Amino acid sequence: MIRLSANPAIDTAIKLVTVAVAMFAFVFVVMVPLYNVLCDALGINGKTSGERYTAVQARVDESRVVTVQFVATNNEGMPWEFVPGVNMMKVNPGAVNDTVFYAHNPLPKAMVAQAIPSISPARAAQYFHKTECFCFNQQPLDGRSEANMPLQFIVDQDLPRDIHTITLSYTIFDVTDMAGGAVATR
Amino acid sequence: MGDHHHGPAKGLSRWLFTTNHKDIGTMYLWFSFAMFILGGAFAMIIRAELFQPGMQLIEPAFFNQMTTLHGLIMVFGAIMPSFVGLANWLIPMMIGAPDMALPRMNNWSFWILPPTFLLLASTLFMEGGAPAAGWTFYAPLSTTYAAPSVTFFIFSIHVLGLSSIMGSINIIATVMNMRAPGMTYMKMPLFVWTWLITAFLLVAVMPVLAGAVTMMLMDVHFGTSFFSAAGGGDPVLFQHVFWFFGHPEVYIIILPAFGVVSQIIPAFSRKTLFGYDSMVYATASIAFLSFIVWAHHMYTVGMPVAGELFFMYATMLIAVPTGVKVFNWVTTMWRGALTFETPMLFCIGFLILFTIGGFTGLMLSIAPADFQYHDSYFVVAHFHYVMVAGAVFSMSAAIYFWLPKWCGRMYNETMGKTHFWISFIGFNITFFPQHFVGLAGMPRRIPDYALQFADFNMMSSIGAFIYGASQILFLYNVIATIVAGKPVSDEKVWEGAEGLEWTIPTPAPYHTFETPPKIDPAHAHS
Repeated sequence: MIRLSANPAIDTAIKLVTVAVAMFAFVFVVMVPLYNVLCDALGINGKTSGERYTAVQARVDESRVVTVQFVATNNEGMPWEFVPGVNMMKVNPGAVNDTVFYAHNPLPKAMVAQAIPSISPARAAQYFHKTECFCFNQQPLDGRSEANMPLQFIVDQDLPRDIHTITLSYTIFDVTDMAGGAVATR
Repeated sequence: MGDHHHGPAKGLSRWLFTTNHKDIGTMYLWFSFAMFILGGAFAMIIRAELFQPGMQLIEPAFFNQMTTLHGLIMVFGAIMPSFVGLANWLIPMMIGAPDMALPRMNNWSFWILPPTFLLLASTLFMEGGAPAAGWTFYAPLSTTYAAPSVTFFIFSIHVLGLSSIMGSINIIATVMNMRAPGMTYMKMPLFVWTWLITAFLLVAVMPVLAGAVTMMLMDVHFGTSFFSAAGGGDPVLFQHVFWFFGHPEVYIIILPAFGVVSQIIPAFSRKTLFGYDSMVYATASIAFLSFIVWAHHMYTVGMPVAGELFFMYATMLIAVPTGVKVFNWVTTMWRGALTFETPMLFCIGFLILFTIGGFTGLMLSIAPADFQYHDSYFVVAHFHYVMVAGAVFSMSAAIYFWLPKWCGRMYNETMGKTHFWISFIGFNITFFPQHFVGLAGMPRRIPDYALQFADFNMMSSIGAFIYGASQILFLYNVIATIVAGKPVSDEKVWEGAEGLEWTIPTPAPYHTFETPPKIDPAHAHS
């Protein structure tokens, strides 16, 4: 055992302080990143895995059709009109699909929004790939203006066969006050 | 060193500058009792409001502040410091040490507490009121929607965490380095063992709580988004971090209580503790398991089934070492020459009621059933059976048991027994009906409730007033004992008491064991 002080009580105390400091650091350098890694790996909270998807050799599986439903929700206090362009799409796994979400800022001032996705069932999250999404970036809108925000996605060919419906939900947040800061979402 | 056998200094400076473990223990005990009264007063306000359905006395926002402060003050201000006070008084006397290993840090760990709780209580008078997100202060209630006073709350959590960590370091350093020759680890009284393990838990998890509130601070003031979905964070992360601290925390509260009961039951059974070794191993197992069960507080957040199952089985596993302990206490009493003085009554009350609380805990651990019980009054009933009937009853037992040793005066036995019976009855009237309203669907932390819960709530409130009043009797008894109790001079005080603390004169002199005692094997395990 390494002795850090001639006084055994001080020695014990120094070692224990080290443990306490290490546990404080543990929260930031282990618990927080580990939580995000686990959520990605398990599809919890609809966090779709990895970064922007780069399409693999896409083989369209025309033998089955998956229903993809879209849900749009405004977070508390968010005044925008925010709706999916279509409520539902029937897609083949492997095919590239495009849709839009419509956003309208009714206020006279320019605002910035951030959409946070969630996928249900959670098990489907890792098979749902977005190649392009308005949720990758903050979305600015001038006062009293509107936009169709694009979404391009591929449902993986390896999607378990018992999953027939995937629900993709977006909640839109007003981040005008935090805009400009680095925001990492997927 | 000059005169070693000087008494305490005079006046206020004695208490401000003292490094004596007995003085500091006394201050901890009085401070925790003051907090117990304050937290109890908040509970009385809660029960008065809930006496009848409808809004009677206070505003809902203030009600939320009351539940929050009641929880925070009882956990961090009353129960934890009371056991630290007991540790200060008893650990050196039990292991044959002259004082704590780091006496000046000991002084500091105590003296940063009163200002901290003053700060916490002062938030009541701030704009927007005190924190109101519950003692678990889940984000975003405690961040996005918190009153400005949350910053003061965060600071007070930081400081009281610091105090706990310093206190624990002191206890570990004392136990590891200051034991009298011959006092091996497996000869230590069980109270010392449970505190040693508790102290390790504290050093491990108080920094995690500090981390959680630091993240809150950064989210509130520095634009980070640890718990804010808009910025890519996640409010559920808060619950994971909080309960990674919070579950060990409940064992931090109850393990020293186990230690106290393990000292007192043998004394009034006139037998040695049954299964000493298994008690030590059971305590260590509980401490280890406490780190891998935290998510049983959050079954409903949407975990994978595998996660629910893991946390469910791990939680149920804790019933095994806890069952070992309960078995050992009962077996210690088996065929003992039992007498039922006040400390023993409180221990038996503890044993019965804590076991009920343990069983409701087992019910809550069942993930599919917990979806029904979650955040209901059933949970409130459960944790008051383990916190109040567990920690507070054992603390009362400890005061009655060791107070005559400390001050050389005997408490009034009739009043003590009256205190016990009023407490026992009042406690059960308060919390037993809460099982029923909880199972019937009454949620916790609400200022108003549906009419069908009215009778049981009125019963609960009456019980709470009875229980609250019994603590005034306790206070009176303690003061009357110190001022004018019947003097005792017998070293052992109690016929069946064993252990080094009963070998020194009564009342315990200001300095003890300046030369290490010889360890008589008969005193081992006390």
